[in-house]
Amino acid sequence: MENTLGLLALSPPGWGGTLLAGLWASMQIAVGAFGLGLIIGLGGAYGKIYGGPVLRDCLGVYTTVVRALPELILILLLYFGLTDIVNQIMLGLGYDRVQISGVVAGVLVLGVVQGAYATEVLRGAILAVPPGQIEAARAMGMPAAKIARRITIPTMLGLALPGLSNLWLIATKDTALLAIVGFSELTLATRQAAGTTKAFFTFFLAAGAIYLAISMLSTWGFARLERWARRGDPPRMTGGT
Amino acid sequence: MKKMKIAAVALALSVTAGSAMAEKVRVGMAPEPYPPFASVDASGNWTGWEIDLMWALCKAAAFECEIAPVSWDGLIPALEAGQIDAIMNSMSINADRLKVIDFSNKYYDTPTVIVAAKGAGITADAAGLTGKILGVQVSTVHQTYAEKHFGATASEIKVYQTQDEANQDLVAGRIDAIQADSIALDAFLASAEGTACCELMGAVANDTDVLGLGVGVGLRKGDAEMQAKFNKAIEDVIASGEYDKITANYFASSIYGE
Amino acid sequence: MQPHRLVMLAIAAALVVWVIVAGNWEWLPKYLPMIVQGVWRTIWLLVLSVAIGFTLAVPLGLAQASGPWFLAVPARVFCTVIRGTPLLLQVWLLYYGLGSLFPSIPWIRESELWPILRQAWPYALLALSLSYAGYEGEVMRGAFRSVPRGQLEAARAMGMPRFTIFRRISLPLALQGVLPTLGGETILQLKATPLVATITVLEVYAVASRVRQDTLITYEPLFLVAAIYLALAGIIALGFRWLESRRPRKSA
Repeated sequence: MENTLGLLALSPPGWGGTLLAGLWASMQIAVGAFGLGLIIGLGGAYGKIYGGPVLRDCLGVYTTVVRALPELILILLLYFGLTDIVNQIMLGLGYDRVQISGVVAGVLVLGVVQGAYATEVLRGAILAVPPGQIEAARAMGMPAAKIARRITIPTMLGLALPGLSNLWLIATKDTALLAIVGFSELTLATRQAAGTTKAFFTFFLAAGAIYLAISMLSTWGFARLERWARRGDPPRMTGGT
Repeated sequence: MKKMKIAAVALALSVTAGSAMAEKVRVGMAPEPYPPFASVDASGNWTGWEIDLMWALCKAAAFECEIAPVSWDGLIPALEAGQIDAIMNSMSINADRLKVIDFSNKYYDTPTVIVAAKGAGITADAAGLTGKILGVQVSTVHQTYAEKHFGATASEIKVYQTQDEANQDLVAGRIDAIQADSIALDAFLASAEGTACCELMGAVANDTDVLGLGVGVGLRKGDAEMQAKFNKAIEDVIASGEYDKITANYFASSIYGE
Repeated sequence: MQPHRLVMLAIAAALVVWVIVAGNWEWLPKYLPMIVQGVWRTIWLLVLSVAIGFTLAVPLGLAQASGPWFLAVPARVFCTVIRGTPLLLQVWLLYYGLGSLFPSIPWIRESELWPILRQAWPYALLALSLSYAGYEGEVMRGAFRSVPRGQLEAARAMGMPRFTIFRRISLPLALQGVLPTLGGETILQLKATPLVATITVLEVYAVASRVRQDTLITYEPLFLVAAIYLALAGIIALGFRWLESRRPRKSA
């Protein structure tokens, strides 16, 4: 074990630098996908609540299908399918093929997956905003966008944060699945290092520790954020989950 | 929220269109150790014979090349989807692949061998593998060959995503033998764990239908212009003696085949 | 049925027909037995890992909710580690890490267990079970915590032994509490099973990958497994809904 620890050194021949580069790629994708998922989710949630029947059903199909299919299959379908469709359209319009970088493809793919979950989380949170508040705002003649910005979103944030915290943790862990399409993030970097050096335990445990640290830091951060978002809430009963 | 949208737009814009200057070519490589042809070292650099040859070919064809890591089984879909423009990953030219993609002329060709644990009493033929578990890499000519010739007698043909995983499982004793390209397995046998556990059992009988016509650059179907350029580049690199120079850095003799 | 739903159904049906007619399905007859076997393996892995995982989750939840610290802390650490790291990494750690350690120990290699330990499925089953135990242990912790205190106090006042209290009161109430979430958790577990394809277990996703790799057809095999997973998820959802409808309702 002692001599394999040297393999984790930050500069070559240690693989620590490679792992950190992988971590950086993972984080970029997780942040991008989480952000994209929030945008899709916010649109989806509003569409599901206030949209017409057709829009509601379309969103229902989207969230159901995405949440029932293994992420791995979605990633493969979207990773190849999405870029294929984009390029077919570009060629059809008479442009050259575009080259979609791995990071962008990863963000798009995981963002679409995250969006489905975020839609449900945010929908639940919006529905939990006391209707009286929105009615009062409407009665005061506030425009819809302003109601969303000033009333709905700030109020629901506290309610949505536990769900969003979970989604963020899923986003960080789902980036590992991109290893399977050959995208060089933390898990694949670990696999490469372990395969080359044969020090399987050292590298897998090191990567596990990194993921764990991220997850614990995020849980702590989200808990603080939630306390901040709920600062105006009336005191609640504690206990239960 | 606005900032996030701007970020998304910026991401979308960061997709790069091909420039008019030197032609940009994204070369697909599977990011797994496949020495001595291609592997990534601790500082993230690609090294190996095939990598050196790739840079030489790109220089000869005046391409601006870039390596794009794509998993082995994703190489052909990625080529078709336009994520990459060429495959240089020891991919043999054979009939099945020619149905969906095109190839340049071959740039190397080596025999196929079987490696097993020391004293396993295995020979490189159907009878010698009776009741044994043979490991091969997925969608390689070796998988097709093993299933055709050894499928009836071997107890199982186990299929791996990467050659490295098959090697690993041979060392771990989970399989009895592996079949692959002779040079890749020479490198494995020369490694510390390969020397300790395993030995060469011999070459399998040739079958050009399956084992193909050597290794070439995989190209999108109908991309005749790129095919011509790569063929010319291979010719040039061989004629200028650079091919032999690169080979001498890695091997004792030529691997071009006859 | 509203008219727009009919239109949507028609569009969906047309899409399915288009995929069936326009797609290349020549490979299907040849690979059908493998696919059936793959589906069987997926179901088998799912059922066993859920059963083992749930059995482990009960003590994990109990230890965290009301156990002494020397049981609660390890249970807490286990759940945190499992939930905080990607399953793919756990699968690889077990298969490549543990699996490369075993053969270097002579007595394991010569033991009766070796023919089993050299296969991939024990590692897959272990990884999936531990993962389910980690997530479900967290759920069970909440369930044991929310058992009404009065019930336990009443039982204690009646002089019920501790194990009987657990068997007759805590466990049934906690199980009733988690039943509505079990369906969702099981679907999540179904979605996790394809990861074991990366360690050579030939479940249905792995079979589809094989078809993809053998025939170089990208989309049709993926559509087929997607349909299979949708069907399995649907069956699980309906099954748990049926189970819940049979559950005795609280009268209060």
